[in-house]
Amino acid sequence: MSNFLTASIGRKFIMSISGLFLMMFICVHLGINLLLIFDDSGELFNLGANFMATNPLIKIMEPVLGLGFVVHIIWSFLISFQNYKARPVSYDKSNAGYSSAWASRNMLVLGGLVLVFLVIHIMNFYYVIKFDTHSMGTAEVGGAEMHDTYSLVAGLFKASVIYCLLYIVGGILLGFHLGHGFWSSFQTLGLSNKSWLKRLQCVGKVYAIVVAVGFSIIPLYFLIKF
Amino acid sequence: MSKLDARIPEGPLAQKWTNYKNHQKLVNPANKRKLDVIVVGTGLAGGAAAASLGEMGFNVKNFTIQDSPRRAHSIAAQGGINAAKNYPNDGDSVYRLFYDTIKGGDYRAREANVHRLAEVSNSIIDQCVAQGVPFAREYGGLLDNRSFGGAQVSRTFYAKGQTGQQLLLGAYQALMRQVNAGTVTMHTRTELVEIVIVDGKARGIIARDLVTGKLERHFGHAVVLATGGYGNTFFLSTNAMGSNGSAAIKAFHKGAMFANPCYAQIHPTCIPVHGEFQSKLTLMSESLRNDGRIWVPKKKEDAEAIRAGKKKPTDLSEDERDYYLERRYPAFGNLVPRDVASRAAKERCDAGFGVGTGLAVYLDFKSSIDRLGKNVIEARYGNLFQMYEKIVDENPYETPMMIYPAIHYTMGGIWVDYELQTTIPGLFAAGEANFSDHGANRLGASALMQGLADGYFVLPYTIQNYLADDIRTPRMTTEEPEFVEAEKSVKARFEKLLSIKGERSVDSLHKELGLVMWDFVGMARNKKGLEHAIERIAEIKKEFWSNLRIPGSKEGMNIELEKASRLADFLEIGDLMARDALNRDESCGGHFREEYQTGEGEALRQDDKFAYVGCWEYKGENQDPALNKEELVYESVKMVQRNYK
Amino acid sequence: MENTLNLTLKVWRQNGPKEKGRFETYKLENISTDSSFLEMMDILNEQLVGENKEPVAFDHDCREGICGMCSLYINGRPHGPDDDVTTCQLHMRKFKDGETVTVEPWRAAAFPIIKDLIVDRGAFDKIIAAGGYVSVSTGGVPDANAIPISKVDADEAMDSASCIGCGACVAACKNSSAMLFVSAKVSQLALLPQGRVEAKRRAKAMVSKMDELGFGGCTNTGACEVECPKSISITNIARLNRQYLASRLSE
Repeated sequence: MSNFLTASIGRKFIMSISGLFLMMFICVHLGINLLLIFDDSGELFNLGANFMATNPLIKIMEPVLGLGFVVHIIWSFLISFQNYKARPVSYDKSNAGYSSAWASRNMLVLGGLVLVFLVIHIMNFYYVIKFDTHSMGTAEVGGAEMHDTYSLVAGLFKASVIYCLLYIVGGILLGFHLGHGFWSSFQTLGLSNKSWLKRLQCVGKVYAIVVAVGFSIIPLYFLIKF
Repeated sequence: MSKLDARIPEGPLAQKWTNYKNHQKLVNPANKRKLDVIVVGTGLAGGAAAASLGEMGFNVKNFTIQDSPRRAHSIAAQGGINAAKNYPNDGDSVYRLFYDTIKGGDYRAREANVHRLAEVSNSIIDQCVAQGVPFAREYGGLLDNRSFGGAQVSRTFYAKGQTGQQLLLGAYQALMRQVNAGTVTMHTRTELVEIVIVDGKARGIIARDLVTGKLERHFGHAVVLATGGYGNTFFLSTNAMGSNGSAAIKAFHKGAMFANPCYAQIHPTCIPVHGEFQSKLTLMSESLRNDGRIWVPKKKEDAEAIRAGKKKPTDLSEDERDYYLERRYPAFGNLVPRDVASRAAKERCDAGFGVGTGLAVYLDFKSSIDRLGKNVIEARYGNLFQMYEKIVDENPYETPMMIYPAIHYTMGGIWVDYELQTTIPGLFAAGEANFSDHGANRLGASALMQGLADGYFVLPYTIQNYLADDIRTPRMTTEEPEFVEAEKSVKARFEKLLSIKGERSVDSLHKELGLVMWDFVGMARNKKGLEHAIERIAEIKKEFWSNLRIPGSKEGMNIELEKASRLADFLEIGDLMARDALNRDESCGGHFREEYQTGEGEALRQDDKFAYVGCWEYKGENQDPALNKEELVYESVKMVQRNYK
Repeated sequence: MENTLNLTLKVWRQNGPKEKGRFETYKLENISTDSSFLEMMDILNEQLVGENKEPVAFDHDCREGICGMCSLYINGRPHGPDDDVTTCQLHMRKFKDGETVTVEPWRAAAFPIIKDLIVDRGAFDKIIAAGGYVSVSTGGVPDANAIPISKVDADEAMDSASCIGCGACVAACKNSSAMLFVSAKVSQLALLPQGRVEAKRRAKAMVSKMDELGFGGCTNTGACEVECPKSISITNIARLNRQYLASRLSE
């Protein structure tokens, strides 16, 4: 196993595993987030947020998730640097668009943009929820008192068109990233063949669209409704 | 005539090879390591020989002019490889394969060699399957066979239309395994430019590094030439652009005999010539004749209308078509041997029934598509149809293909004895480079068989028999005077070529030679034409040595210099071909003299006068070569006129 | 049917491996649309020899799309603007009159330029030498029909085996990765019982050699499959990944 983590396929293995893990997280995250638009009173979302904040399993997973992000990001740079070295002189005239999709060629760029968005996103919400709770209000749901996360999120979107647009763009960028990332991670693990390749690509597209639309629809909802 | 002792082992025909192997000398493993063998060429014969010799423990140095051993032109063979497995239970046997090959070669091959070829044919298939060659299979999981020209049984194994590629890659992979093991040293982009003879034995070569232009000296206890054929003498042929006959000429100059140079095979199914800028002719596998029917219009008016573009082939009804092969040869139909099919096409076109440019006939798949369905035809020939469409821009599923014969394979080559050794001790020749087992005409799917037989199963034995006497010969330094002298002469030759500084490009002269060859030393030859050809070739040679232009220098890569050096040798080969054809007052196989034909236009042999191998001996620059003869004795087979009717 | 074209060619010229290269522009007239791209290059070279200039060096040999010797990155695509062909099979009918055609060599660290448009693809041989074979020696093998092989497997192995080693996959890949090349050989041999015996060892050895030689890694853009003249599928890469991971995880 000595050089597995630096071998070309080993590196991709890391990307694939961390990517799949992050994709599962995104599903959970999207599920909770969508509660925002189904109950304008915020009770449903606050329940969800409170569950995520207090559940011991989620608490254990939190640092793992952080590690997943860090590994995914670091390895993406390692891979890109190695791949960049493999072609020291580039073509004068290239028609790469004929043979491959833009997103597939620019996963680092897409990932980088998603990262920028992620940082803003963390500052907006995660940081506040975790480390700045006294600036948050409280809400009472079903007799239990909890942080009013709904107001924090809804407040931002209601107050700022720019943030709404930023979150819409963020969702779309993530969608493009996943549109390639989903089937690619299965391909890298070798979990693909003649019949499954097309199916996985199809499922990947659906997944990417669901994620992009799902995340974008929330700021859009607030933008239109309020 | 002791020079031309074929050294055929004693015993009945079927026992000769077994007897040979039982009594040959062997080299023990410890000694093998001390013996160097140079193998020039990495095709089926060279690659297989280098790999096998390496596996046995010899120290092998392998040379190729291409960037990788996998590029050798064996890769382009499409149709298949014959073997006497008799898997289809249709009556095949070693004897039948032997007999068909002798008959197909128009009784001009050596019986003992051909029988050995048929004997080892089965081992080749076993070997290739073990290497992972993906031969076509049936649903039951067993190997599939198809039929090929000149045979009435299905004995051809194939891998789609890429059999040569798959067999070559099998040999190439075996070779690379030996490179990895350190028994074979590979020299790519390196060309043999001289053979070094020490005390009458081949002891090494001078090679030119095609990237740096530097000359290198290499020692070997024995030297194997597996450098392919000389079809490119015609400029336009189905051979690769780099295929050349230079190694054969170097051997010829050093005293090896050039045997049967006039036996060149014209392949009947090639894409017709379409312009003067054309650089090569593309072969459409002979296997197409299994399902395609060859025809020309019955009426001249129709042929003229088609040539003028006023009619399409599909406009002609069945009654208006002349399926001339089926008409003339009902027993074999479209599956007659190559020489017969080629001449029949030429005959129809010369008579004014040609289509396209006038030098083309149709190969029609309509009835097969109707009978078997498009899917079956696509599965069998899909890649060939695609290739045709890319080149000609016509869809062969809808309109018949146009084909015309082209130079494809040369049966002639360096004379070798039963052990594949030339008249120079220690110099061996294998595959298409030797004058081989195909007589005057090679049957389809036999070239792959012969190349691999020589490389895997013949040379590894016979070369040992030679090297067993050499175990006390230490490795020579390449500072020996013979090496120094050889390098000096090569250097002088290249300098001479570069110093001409004339007006003509190499290709323009090569095209001129090619036209002379095609017109007078091609499919149909006659005395007057051949005499004219000899004169014309001498003129072109003179023009070459006085008016050639090669830009650049001998340092570094110089593609014009490479080509020029090869063309100088093609000019000599062209001359030899014409001389041999002129000498052979008969028609046999690929050699057709118009003066010698039956009333029906079939080849007429003169067995009483020409049942020999014509072996040409070099007598010096600007001297006529001398003819030597190896009489062909037929003990098992009776010579009869070939009959495919 | 024959038409002719006038073209401007922008060709990469480089005298040697270590020298600096540059583009040179040439004008060509009356090129028949029926000629192949390499025949057009032949005409250019005849023209250059006529002017006593050194012709453009480019790799080519069989000129029927099987030897894998020809290369060339033409107008932004390996083997030029046609699908499923090698450069030698590309015909001038794919170009327009008056067009400027840019001709570049394969670009990859693992394929250094030798001269002009010729690159050194010896790295492919080294990868095969690392394990791209079945370890059997001549003689002593079982009968060819001793092991039945399903037609489906044999056909799929044949599809993988049709790789011609031209390097278009590396040229097309933004990472100059040789994964399609490696996976085609690994797949062919893994699909056949004869090759399966050492399948895992082979995958590991060939990938290590590929990495060592400076090829990039696969990021699944799929460009290789599209530009492969033999349409080798990227499902081969999935199989290689599977074989490789199985090999490494069983260590």
